Amino acid sequence: MSVANRPAHRPLSPHLQVYRPQLTSVLSILHRATGIALSVGALYLATWVIYAAASPEAYSLFQGFNTSIVGRIVLGGWLFCAFYHLSNGIRHLFWDAGYGFELKDAYRSGWIVVAVSLIATAASWVVGLRLV
Amino acid sequence: MSDLRSPLARARGLGSARDGLHHWWAQRLTAIALIPLVVWFAISLVMLSGADYDVVRAWIGSPLVMVLLILTISVGLHHGQLGLQVVIEDYVHGDGWKLALIVAMRFIAVIFGLAAIVAVLRIGFGG
Repeated sequence: MSVANRPAHRPLSPHLQVYRPQLTSVLSILHRATGIALSVGALYLATWVIYAAASPEAYSLFQGFNTSIVGRIVLGGWLFCAFYHLSNGIRHLFWDAGYGFELKDAYRSGWIVVAVSLIATAASWVVGLRLV
Repeated sequence: MSDLRSPLARARGLGSARDGLHHWWAQRLTAIALIPLVVWFAISLVMLSGADYDVVRAWIGSPLVMVLLILTISVGLHHGQLGLQVVIEDYVHGDGWKLALIVAMRFIAVIFGLAAIVAVLRIGFGG
């Protein structure tokens, strides 16, 4: 086998162990991760509606879990995923339309997404837990 | 030469099946539709936090909420299904596993979506 045809065992890029995360790459993978979480959560919320249609007993069982610590974390986490995926999704739609590709703009829109999703999540938790 | 693929590659049907644009466009269209729907749904979910059985049923059963909920369920699951398909295609490399997972994922999305829509209609029309 000639040298040119030999398979190269070089590290693949991006080599995650030595790859310094940037805002843009972290937000990109977070978009996918929150998308998967939202899909699984959608099944949970579908179950909520199905239980509400079933019977008061079935619903109180489900609501009991919803108001538990674990249920609060699931629903609160789902809300964060929704706000993040929503605002970063709008960022993606602007890219699709051809806007915001300059590095400076990509970072600025990235930080806006971080701020909007954190503020919306905090507000939803405060109102949802009736803290005010 | 207009097609760089071999006749065998074309016969196997791998590679572009000419529906990539439809997938891309459907993902964007559902994304745009979901902007107002998700904002509405998230606010509703927060407002209904801790609400009891009768309050939740009255909310689900009101005509406007029924329409918006059914839209959110169907458009949301469609969008999720399109996204998960890409995730599976990216990370699952065996053709058999890839196909099996996409089929299973789509079946689950349709079953849960239909069950939730039936539940909304049942509450609204008092079944």
